[in-house]
Amino acid sequence: MIGAILIGVAGGVIAGLLGVGGGVLFVPGLVLFMKLGQHQAEATSLLAIVPVAIVGTIRQDRYGNVRRDDAVVMGALSLAGAIAGVALANALSGQALRVAFAILILFVAFELVRSTLRGAGEKDEQPRPDD
Amino acid sequence: MSVAGLRGMNSERTLRLAAIGTAAGAFSGLFGVGGGSVIVPLLVLWLGYDSRRATATSLAAIIVIASFAAIVQATYGNVNVGDGILIGVPAIVGVLFGTWLQQRIRTREISLLFAALLVATAVELLLR
Repeated sequence: MIGAILIGVAGGVIAGLLGVGGGVLFVPGLVLFMKLGQHQAEATSLLAIVPVAIVGTIRQDRYGNVRRDDAVVMGALSLAGAIAGVALANALSGQALRVAFAILILFVAFELVRSTLRGAGEKDEQPRPDD
Repeated sequence: MSVAGLRGMNSERTLRLAAIGTAAGAFSGLFGVGGGSVIVPLLVLWLGYDSRRATATSLAAIIVIASFAAIVQATYGNVNVGDGILIGVPAIVGVLFGTWLQQRIRTREISLLFAALLVATAVELLLR
């Protein structure tokens, strides 16, 4: 139980700090520390992402950064993709899915390093009070 | 990256949003993540968003996308509701602290450290 709480806090801090979502931390946290299978870890991560996204959206909406109509269109039209993605995940073995996920986070790490070294976007993610 | 010509072309705009939503949904469902790493660059490239608005709008879309994907995963019996709540609720505290901190420190070194942690995590997962 303590493990899950720590994973949540750590994932949330990283998401708030770097703008890289909690999911890339929730999934491996659940696999490595809570001993969940890859499928269960991914599914459970999705549930944990929802409150984080709600809080982040409320904050950003206050700064007027959220284009609600576009967000609604993307969200509403994501259902078919989500059904296909989940079906594909469940058609794969835990082993294959874990390897695919490892490749995904290597890619996220690569992108993070690239954008950090370029120096762009870092201060751009969150509005400052004086903006 | 200018997409000024898009203004007024509502059906094409909707089509692009539909494509982004579908891709993000598939990505989210397959990997158990929000899909922001798909949505943000595509909003910038295809719809001329700046990165701040892209990140903010992506978060709002993720509320719906992650909810859909979680519900579909639940039909396969994969969602561990207890762990999801134990992670998701403390994560709210984490994200508020993280955004507060982000305004006050240089995140450059932390980004690089986190990237290193991701690489180490990938190796650990691959060795399982």
